[in-house]
Amino acid sequence: MRVVANPRGCIGAGQCVITAPAVFDQDEDGIVVVVDERPAEAQLEDVRAVLDLCPSQSISLAGD
Amino acid sequence: MAAGETRVRGIHHREGMSNTAQLVDFPLRRPGQPYPPKQYADFRSREGLVWSHMPTGAKVWLVTKYDDVRAVLTDPRISSSPRHEGFPSVGRTGGVPNPDQVPGWFVALDPPDHDRFRKALIPEFTVRRIREMRPSIQEVVDHRVDGLLAAGSEADLVHDFTAAVPSLVISALLGVPHVDRDFFEARIRLLVTMSSTHDQRDQATREILRYLSRLILVKQKRPGDDLISVMLASGAMSLQEISGASMLLLIAGQETTANNMALGMVTLLLNPQWIGDERAVEELLRYYSVADMVALRVATDDVEIGGQLIRKGEGIVPLVAAANHDSSTFERADEFDPGRSARHHVAFGYGVHQCLGQHLVRAELDIAYRTIFERIPKLELAVPVEELAFKYDGVVFGLDSLPVRW
Repeated sequence: MRVVANPRGCIGAGQCVITAPAVFDQDEDGIVVVVDERPAEAQLEDVRAVLDLCPSQSISLAGD
Repeated sequence: MAAGETRVRGIHHREGMSNTAQLVDFPLRRPGQPYPPKQYADFRSREGLVWSHMPTGAKVWLVTKYDDVRAVLTDPRISSSPRHEGFPSVGRTGGVPNPDQVPGWFVALDPPDHDRFRKALIPEFTVRRIREMRPSIQEVVDHRVDGLLAAGSEADLVHDFTAAVPSLVISALLGVPHVDRDFFEARIRLLVTMSSTHDQRDQATREILRYLSRLILVKQKRPGDDLISVMLASGAMSLQEISGASMLLLIAGQETTANNMALGMVTLLLNPQWIGDERAVEELLRYYSVADMVALRVATDDVEIGGQLIRKGEGIVPLVAAANHDSSTFERADEFDPGRSARHHVAFGYGVHQCLGQHLVRAELDIAYRTIFERIPKLELAVPVEELAFKYDGVVFGLDSLPVRW
């Protein structure tokens, strides 16, 4: 599973960073950055929570 | 299906104004404890949405189910702008200032207009930036607790602590001199009280904007490391827009945080087993959802939400406290239980307008609770909870005073 973020949709709410800090960060503009595109299985539960928590629906999981 | 509606192709339609059988009056009188109004459970149990009657005479849709509230807050056909006909107002005479009166009041703008403001401000409210601010918030809180302890063994915690801390924090962040606290707090109070008249709101708005405009001119000459200077340097906003955006940040940073902090103190005093548990903050945000009716909306096209047809031009009030007490999303939703996972609450809204300052709020609440209960372990309510002065008339729910002793 690959984590995909859409920085153009991002509104910098930071839900991803507080929920899965090993996978997401914010750049200087406060916009989402994926720091671990292929997180370990143990992280995936948090990442799946982020898909729902992100208020601008800017995070997705790709099957490749 | 409730009386007064017909169902066509699976969508509810209203039969028109003549049938008021299920029209409810809104806003409801708030209970103090427990919270929120018990009628919300009845509203959630109905099919579709709830057609209601506002003090202004307008009729609006109340949205009370969790999924429906999130759907309203993310639908691009539903607008946050009072420029659209049919936009609701919660107060008797007003509510959200019109962007024409307060340019820069960006919660009342839709994308893409809204985005220029949000983008200029996001860097100042990131998770990292707020983490860096924690020592200065701690300093503010410690100073207030020093003051409480020095003054004796009783206090009004609202006046001396829960209103003061967010006010000090947001004014330092914005670069507003704190000596002017009384000036802007008195005017903010008028703006967040539902029974204020149109003239009172209008005057308070003009006075705050005039004050901020003068301050902005000073910052232009002598920039600091505050938010007003950041907005000036961004080049993204006009001077008038910076005044309006500053007014919004001042009110948002003050009212919601202060009220949540005060209510949370009461809940923790009544449930001391959760004092010191960091999960209490998120659960208190969910439980009180003080900005219950702040996110007002209007449909700019016919749109179906939760099986209910909303016509173009009809007002919508998504009630976040009702959504956060929806038992299909939060088990035993009316219980205060920090042990649950409350992270998906919508107390900060959802969609592009989700609270910009949410990490600041979390930091302030966490530091305030941690510090006050550590340093004043004997803290207790000085009056029974039933006698507390709840803000029945506030746009934001909260407490007018909180007598405590130790």
